[in-house]
Order: sequence, then C-alpha cells, then structure tokens
Amino acid sequence: MLTLEKRPQPSKAFAYLTPVFAIIMTMIFGGLLFMALGKNPFEAILTIFWDPLFGEFASYSRPQLLVKAGPLILIAIGLSLGFKAGIWNIGAEGQYIVGAICGAGAGLAFYPMEAWFIFPIMVIAGALGGWAWAMIPALLKVKFQTNEILVSLMLVYVAEQLLASMSLGLLKNPDGHGFPGSRNLKDYPSAFNGEIIAGTGMHWGVAAAFIAVIFAYVLLNRHMLGFSIRLTGEAPRAAKFSSVNPNRIILFCLGMSGALAGLAGMFEVAGPSGQISIDFNSGYGFTAIIVAFLGRLHPVGIFFAGLLLALTYIGGELAQLTLGLPGAAIQLFQGMLLFFLLAVDLLTNYRIKFSRKEAV
Amino acid sequence: MDLSAINPALLLASLLVAATPIMIAGIGELVVERAGVLNLGVEGMMITGAICGFMATIITGSPALGFLFAALGGAALSLLFALLTQVALANQVASGLALTLFGLGLSSLLGQGYVGLKPPSSPKLDIPLLSDIPFFGTVLFSHDIIVYLGIALVAAVWATLKYTRVGLVLRAVGENHDAAHALGYKVVRIRVLAIMFGGACAGLGGAYISLIRVPQWTEGMTAGAGWIALALVVFASWKPWRVLLGAWLFGGITVLQLNLQAAGVSIPVEILSMSPYIITIVVLVIMSADKSRAPASLGRIFHASS
Repeated sequence: MLTLEKRPQPSKAFAYLTPVFAIIMTMIFGGLLFMALGKNPFEAILTIFWDPLFGEFASYSRPQLLVKAGPLILIAIGLSLGFKAGIWNIGAEGQYIVGAICGAGAGLAFYPMEAWFIFPIMVIAGALGGWAWAMIPALLKVKFQTNEILVSLMLVYVAEQLLASMSLGLLKNPDGHGFPGSRNLKDYPSAFNGEIIAGTGMHWGVAAAFIAVIFAYVLLNRHMLGFSIRLTGEAPRAAKFSSVNPNRIILFCLGMSGALAGLAGMFEVAGPSGQISIDFNSGYGFTAIIVAFLGRLHPVGIFFAGLLLALTYIGGELAQLTLGLPGAAIQLFQGMLLFFLLAVDLLTNYRIKFSRKEAV
Repeated sequence: MDLSAINPALLLASLLVAATPIMIAGIGELVVERAGVLNLGVEGMMITGAICGFMATIITGSPALGFLFAALGGAALSLLFALLTQVALANQVASGLALTLFGLGLSSLLGQGYVGLKPPSSPKLDIPLLSDIPFFGTVLFSHDIIVYLGIALVAAVWATLKYTRVGLVLRAVGENHDAAHALGYKVVRIRVLAIMFGGACAGLGGAYISLIRVPQWTEGMTAGAGWIALALVVFASWKPWRVLLGAWLFGGITVLQLNLQAAGVSIPVEILSMSPYIITIVVLVIMSADKSRAPASLGRIFHASS
C-alpha cells in the first residue's frame, strides 16, 4: 500500500530535480505522441531539442532562441511574483497586446520625425499600457474582491478585439493600400528595436528580461516587499499578523506583471514582429505561465525555463518544416510539460511510503 | 441601420440556443465547485468535447453518438485533472490552467483533418401543435433536444443537491472535507466523480457549439465560453437555477450583439464583439459583493492524514 506523508519542509533536492523529471517524462510521452503521428520519435525529439542549437541551420535558429525567450522570461518573471503570493494573473496575453498597442502607438505618433527620445517614450508607453490593463483586475479585486483570474482572462478577449480595431482603424498604415496592420516599425529607425549585437538575436527586450531576472532575484531575497509577497503566499495568516497590507501586494504584483508583459509586447512589436496586425499575439502570455511554473517561480529557474520553452518553439517550427509535424503537437507538448511538472511536484512536498497496513 | 429586421421571436429562440453550451458547462462546474474543487480547465474540456463530438458525428453520421463521445472525451480529460489534484495533490488553479492549455493543443491536433467539414444536422424536436403556437411556438417549442436537456439538467442538479442524500454528502465534502472524512465519506472518490461529471457536462456544452450552434470545426472555436461558464457559477452564487438565469442573460447579450452587427448599427463591430466579455466582468463585480455562498473548502487540498 502506498501512502503519502507530508514532509515537514519541502525537499530542496526534489525542488531542483522535479523540473528535470518533468522534462524527461514529457520527452518520453511526447515521443510516444509523435510515434502515434507516424514520425520517428527519436528524430522528432532531436529535431526539437538538438537541431536548433547544433544542427544544420543552427546559425539561423540560435539567435531566434533569445528572440523567443526574451518575452517569455519577461512575462513569466512578472507572473511569478503574483503566483508566489497566490494572486493569479492569467491575462498576461491581454497586457502584452495592450503594451504593444500603446508602445507602437506612441512611436507612430511621432512618425516621420527622427529623434533619440522616441524609443524610450515607446518603452514607457508600453509598460504603462500593460500596467493599466492589469490594474483593472487589481483594482476590482481590491475594491470589490472580484476574482482576478476571470477578470484578467476576460480582458484577453477584450484586448484581442482592441487589437483588431487598432490594426483596422486608428493605427492602420495610411500607405498600406488598404491592407490591415500598422506601419512597419522596421522602416522607422527611431522606433525600431534592432539587435544590440548583430547576429545574436539580442535586442533591448532580451536585455530587459535579463534585468528583470536580476531585479526579481534581489526583490525576493533581499527586500522587505519580496519577503511580504512570499509570506502572503505561504502563510496568509502570518502575513496578516505581521501587518502586511494585502491590497498593496495585490496592486504591486498585478501591476508589475502587467508592466512587464506590456514591455514584452512593446519590444516585440518594435522589433521581431515590426507591426501591429490582427494576428500579432502568438500566445506568449499563456506559455509564460508554463515557464513560470517550470522555473519553480524562482527568477533563475524562470530564466532557464524560458530558454527551454523558446527551444520548443523553434524546434517545433523546425520539426514542422522538416518532418511535417503539426504545429498543434508542439502546443500539446508544452501543455504536457506543465502537467508532468505539477504531478511530480508531489515528491517535493510529500514523501511516498510503502506501508503494510491500511492507511488510517 | 435597420433594427426592424430583428425579429423578437427569432431573437429569443436563438437566445436559448446561445445560452445552452454555457448553461450545460456551467451546471457541471457548479457541481464540481459544490464538491469543493475549483476546476479552471472548463475551456479545455469544452473544446476537447467540441472536437470529440464533431469527429464522432462525422465518422458515425449520428449526432447522438457525437454528443455521447463528447461527454466521454470531456470526462476523460477531466480525469487527468482529478489525477493531478486528488492523487498528486497539485495546486488546483495551476492544474486547471494546465488542463486548458493541454485541451486547446489536443483539440487542434485532433481536429486537423476536420476543418471545413459539415456535420449532419441534428433533428429539431418540433413538438406538434405546440410549435405552431404563434411566437411562443418559435421561442419555446422548436429546438433540438439538447436545449431541453440543458434545462432538465439544471433541474436535476438542483433537486439532487437539495433533496437527496447524494447531494447532501457532496455539499458536506465541499463545505468541510475534514469533517466529511471523519464521518467516513470517501472525499477523494466523491470529488473525482464530481470532477468527471463536470468534465462530461463541459464536453457536451462544447459539442453543442461545434455540432449545432456553429456547426463546423475551427481551432479555438469555444472562444472563452468555458471561462464565461466559470464566471456563471460565481454569478449564480453556486445556486443551480441562477446558472440558468445567468446563461440566458449571457446568451441574450451574445445574440443581441450578433444581431446588431448584422443590422449594421453604427457601433464598431469590435466594440460589439467585446461586449459579452465586458458585461461578464461587470456582472462579476456586482456579484462579488456576496462571497458568503462559496463552498468553504473550495480550492483547498485534501490530504487524509494532515
């Protein structure tokens, strides 16, 4: 008879090991899935995890790693702050869209003027846009105790409509021959978020992601506010007794994650994507949830998890091209990863015991 | 703009149709939450049900079998959630999100060969005589059987929760799982069954969208209906009949905005399309003043020895 015994303290060793277990199990079950789709599982796994880094076209795909990991890490860092405190912002996709709209809008307002200050203004506008969008669930939660999960998620659908409206209306390229979508910021040097170091994929958004990792690490480990966030999540009663203001935590965590998601959207629209279009958003806001959990809500963990999920994106595209693996299979693969992670997390908090007698 | 083109009888009739998927998914989630489990995976289970039902209908040619497989598909997916939260004791919010992400991926993978196909239409239950009554006949008595099934389901859940022993035990588990456990009820078993019931309902609701309401398969076609169903449970303060009321309200808004779009009202299409979501938020704000009815053990992890 198997029984579970709660560990007095979560196991440190398993905290590091479980993400690795989850990845291995996902590879095994993913391989079975690919086999069921009629592909060679070993070839598929190699194409996803090995070829983008060391394969034939690696020189093209390696820079893509940072391009994709940047927004994922940026959003996931913000989400992890809230998740730690038990505040569930799952509408990062919406904040990402609004950040992109505000950032691109601020830049295009200056078109065709060229000046050094345009890009910084766009950065601020993007962060503020995401922040404001996240403040809606935050304020509703503080004022009316409205469930932030549902509100933030509903706002994703609202943001998608807003994006459609913007790319067909206000931000539509006047020289675009009637096609939907804004002007391409790649053709507007003052607003373009180009590579800092050519050929690496390193743009300002990736730099911001690195800064966010360091910032979050310091905040959580060396700052009172970070301690209050952790306390609120792990022991809400203790937090109340030590006079942590829950409303302040809600406003900070949601606002911060919104601002970071907005930044991610703004850097994306000004750089790799280039323009506001109807299908601008690609689900980073949802994948970032997986990144945050895979990184165990720890800034350094999130950094590596972001790189790994970015790899599955690029590898997935590659597998689509070379093996004809359907794109949805990769989405499923990423979902599986979160499943296994949550399942093996049991080992961190509980000890599995083999006992002879019936559990009481 | 021509508002006279909107026929009130047809509007009310399509309201009932639009309300059905969220009503069925919502009543399922209500049972899950009354058992103390918060399953945020409704969207994932709905879309899985939508594709399972669609595939089964195309293959067998029978919508009835389609709905059966949709319910089975939804329940099977919810079993994953049950495994995670009841056996592996994982966080319910995270597991629910995982279920949604997984379900969206699974459905678009399964549905690859089915884009653009048209399912055989489901027979309408034209009740003779009754459906000939002017106005009321069109509104109330000329629907497919699932519309009536949805309403019957709400009534059944209400009666079960209120008047039967099963309902009492389910509520006890949801209100205080430790006490229920001490009384000898199998908390985990009851919750797993509730979760599967919720999954089957979500699957049915999803299949209603892909088989009757649209009827077609496109990726991500539930478009947040699962989340609206979750909001519906909060709106209903965990009371079955209010789920029905809420579903009609949301169905009414959806149908009205679609009709206004078709009538060419001068409000931009995007504003009309976002209105159901915005109204959901507004309703959530209004209803969140009354938190007293939420099951006391909602979302808490149960471990027998702790």
